Amino acid sequence: MQKTLIVVGLIVLLLVPTLTDLAGQPALLSLVTRILIYSIAAASLNFILGYGGMVSFGHAAFFGVGGYVVGILFVHHGSGEPLLGFIPGSNQLLVTLPLAVIVAGAFAGLVGALSLRTSGVQFIMITLAFAQMLYFLFVSLKTYGGEDGIIIRRSNELFGLDMRDKAVMYYVILVVWAGFFVLLWRLIQSSFGTVIKGIRQNERRMAALGFAPYRYKLYAFVLAGAGAGLAGALMANFLRFTSPDMLHWSKSGELMIMVILGGVGSFFGPILGAGAFLVLESFLAGWSEHWPLALGLILLVVVLGTKGGLGGLIGKLAAWATRGRT
Amino acid sequence: MILILEQLLNGLQYGVMLFLLAAGLTLIFGIMGVINLAHGSLYMVGAYAGTWVATATGSYWLGLPAALAAAALTGFAIEALVIRRLYARDHLDQVLATFALILTFNQLIILGFGRQPVFTLMPEAFAVSIELLPGLFYPPYRLLIIATGLVVALGLYLLINRTKIGMLVRAGATNRDMVRALGVDIRLLYTIVFGLGALLAGLAGYMAGPISAVQVGMGEQILLATFVVVVVGGVGSIKGAFVAGLMLGIIDTMLRAFLPGLLRHVMPASEADALGIGIASMGIYLLMALVLLVRPKGLFAAGA
Amino acid sequence: MKKLLSAASLLAMMAAPGWADPVKIGMITTLSGPGGYIGEQIRDAMQLAIDMEGGKLGGVEVELVVEDDGLKPGNGLQIAQKFVNDEGIKLLTGIVFSNVAGATVPEIVDSGAIYISPNAGPSNLAGAECNPNYFVVSWQNDSLHEATGAAAKKLGYTKAVALAPNYQAGKDAIAGFKRLFEGEVTEIYTQLDQTDFASEMAQIRAAAPEVVFQFHPGGLGIAFLKQYQQAGLLGQFPMVLSEPSVDGVILNAVGEAAVGLKATTHWNTDFDNDASKTFVDGWKAKHGDRPLTYYAQQSYDTALLIASALKKTGGLEDMDAFRDAVKEADFASTRGSFAFGPNQHPIQDWYMVDIVADANGKPTAVTKEKLRESVGDIYAEQCKM
Repeated sequence: MQKTLIVVGLIVLLLVPTLTDLAGQPALLSLVTRILIYSIAAASLNFILGYGGMVSFGHAAFFGVGGYVVGILFVHHGSGEPLLGFIPGSNQLLVTLPLAVIVAGAFAGLVGALSLRTSGVQFIMITLAFAQMLYFLFVSLKTYGGEDGIIIRRSNELFGLDMRDKAVMYYVILVVWAGFFVLLWRLIQSSFGTVIKGIRQNERRMAALGFAPYRYKLYAFVLAGAGAGLAGALMANFLRFTSPDMLHWSKSGELMIMVILGGVGSFFGPILGAGAFLVLESFLAGWSEHWPLALGLILLVVVLGTKGGLGGLIGKLAAWATRGRT
Repeated sequence: MILILEQLLNGLQYGVMLFLLAAGLTLIFGIMGVINLAHGSLYMVGAYAGTWVATATGSYWLGLPAALAAAALTGFAIEALVIRRLYARDHLDQVLATFALILTFNQLIILGFGRQPVFTLMPEAFAVSIELLPGLFYPPYRLLIIATGLVVALGLYLLINRTKIGMLVRAGATNRDMVRALGVDIRLLYTIVFGLGALLAGLAGYMAGPISAVQVGMGEQILLATFVVVVVGGVGSIKGAFVAGLMLGIIDTMLRAFLPGLLRHVMPASEADALGIGIASMGIYLLMALVLLVRPKGLFAAGA
Repeated sequence: MKKLLSAASLLAMMAAPGWADPVKIGMITTLSGPGGYIGEQIRDAMQLAIDMEGGKLGGVEVELVVEDDGLKPGNGLQIAQKFVNDEGIKLLTGIVFSNVAGATVPEIVDSGAIYISPNAGPSNLAGAECNPNYFVVSWQNDSLHEATGAAAKKLGYTKAVALAPNYQAGKDAIAGFKRLFEGEVTEIYTQLDQTDFASEMAQIRAAAPEVVFQFHPGGLGIAFLKQYQQAGLLGQFPMVLSEPSVDGVILNAVGEAAVGLKATTHWNTDFDNDASKTFVDGWKAKHGDRPLTYYAQQSYDTALLIASALKKTGGLEDMDAFRDAVKEADFASTRGSFAFGPNQHPIQDWYMVDIVADANGKPTAVTKEKLRESVGDIYAEQCKM
């Protein structure tokens, strides 16, 4: 049943550029593209938040770092001056994407190493603190546009593909997206994933079993940061723009809202949550200037009316439907 | 010397403001276990309601009860309609629900009062700067804020340490389940605590009106700093909120005032300004990170 | 049969543009959050211009399609793509903030549509990245503050304190001020979302300058001016401001604390030309007491510019012709003289205004003198078009 759904979903995703063209609404393609990118970031947050029980309120920092890696390398590629005197710029996706993942992961390692000494609400706030510091840093970086950000005039190159073409960009992002979720699936099913889930349920027991919780949590935090960095790098390529806006605390909040909306700790939840949030925001904004009111009320109804977000709601509906049939 | 003294007063005033907001938040957080992102909305509701009445009547003082009443009533309504259904739920559901409340309140304010910031009245008697010490001019309105904050702090201290409600509040902050087990009407206690927190937020919002801008989203600007105060002070601790509020207020002000100047002694002026204000912006977050690394539960963790 | 008919009418519509659907103008602007009032002014002024011509601009029927970007660059881009690709809109305007413009404008101009900015004029789009499809009707960000520097110099001051938030626009503001002031300047940077300036007030008093320049737009500016008065500095140290820190909404919210300030502007409500009078009267008739800001004026001017171009081309069928017509800037601007420079940013005059109390005691700006005549911006020479 689930397999059929996944196959159908993938086929639909492959057909999106054709469908939106046929419907005469090519801009929907960019909405779907944004959903794919945000779902990567949200899923990476869900990995530590849902599976690992680490509520990070600074996840946008890694998202932004990923974006800035692409932006900064583009600036140096354009000017020809190497970064810090020895790192040459680049506009090759095969260079910038892995680098964004590595740099974001390294940042996450740093932040995680310190933050994971705390837990609970203190963990929420300390991750926020580090993200804020990074935000203020990028705001004051005049070389890279400060608050105005970096305009990336041309998206990164890949195998001579026409990255200006929206459909090509979509398929490139779709491939990365699919790869990310396959990897994530295997990670969650792996023994590492089991340990992470075990630590959330009972940290002491896992420690007694010989798994050092701190180390495992840190590894998970680094992986999640790297995932957000990947999403940020894709976003910078897609928007052809990067700015401190990507690291703002409200962006961290939005990622968290996507995770909660989709259902915390469910594999497909972040995709659902990112989709629902962006679709709602986009359509409500087109419908009325007072869209935040409608969005607020809808979110309230969802959170009060369901347990476990939209994923839970759909599960409930499915259960109700099957019961109705028998 | 005069300058340092004046900056100390400024820091004190900012700290008192943070305390007024953090006191309610820390109680709601500590006793009810609710992360209330919409606390800033109550601050905004107080400011708008009070300013509206003050402008209509022409009296700053008539606006005050209106601000308090509006914020407290809004608090009761939020508690009864939304928060009450979420006590048993995950923290994250509360985050989503109160985030939704922020969106809702901001837009309701736009519908009611428009998008432009509104004019605020200043009490006549407090409008002109006075000379506290030779060479030290200070706006009396800020002294009024400091005094109000200190009175509220004293009042809360008495309420919590000398009354039955206070005893329950203390017990609730330390061990929630125990209070429930004692057969106390926990629902009423929660409503009272939430209303009190909302009232203080409304007070802070109305008092901030004459010195800052009464506009949509004003609550979010100060919300983060308030959460920092709560966590540094220790969740659930009024004393912690007081100490941390004053501490952060003073440190933030001092860093802003003197760090660029100090750095100018060791580096070129333009770099010193940029670096100095950069560090000052990060100041409270840096401080929070340091405090939490040394004392993971904050300075005065309840029940610790 | 029905299908055939509708197909025929579709063909007919395409064949006869004058009779066809109105020309759509896509407006991407910020309506939510603290900066929402700016987007509202921009939207309402453009709608006012359209209404005053009976739903037309330059004799061509137009329809204004507005959407809120929520001050998020990603949302701005999304809306731009929807407007341009899905709804076939070829003329866009409305963006308030530089970072939304940075993400959105390149996409619009690359797709062949024309963007005319009623507000944001960031430097990263004014120089080497200038584009034939990108016009700015308001100003280039730097020129706002250059005028203020010129004003402070003309008033005979030599020693100033300059304050601005610690971000790019703030640094540009102080740099712009210094460029023409040429005196001694002490710089104080404030934090990004700071609403309490007590610490800075003390520093100003300690520095004892001859004049104070500060750049704090919107709510920050309101807080700054109130606290400046409360600290007793208003009578002590004169202040000169650039227009983002004293727009009509700020004046209204600050009240008497603004009386006595001097500011520089490219337009003011008391300008003595027909276009400006028509605009101000039209605004008052429709919006009554609602404060009128220069944001609205810029948007109204944008509408007049579009009208002048549409009058020549009759529509947007020939985008090249329309672009040429826009570039000619053949319209009577509310600010008097107006022309486009080589980077399609304005060449215009700058004025000094005094903030005085009107009959009701409310602060209002009164134009004093012309400071600079027909100036463009410093990025124009980097533009190779």
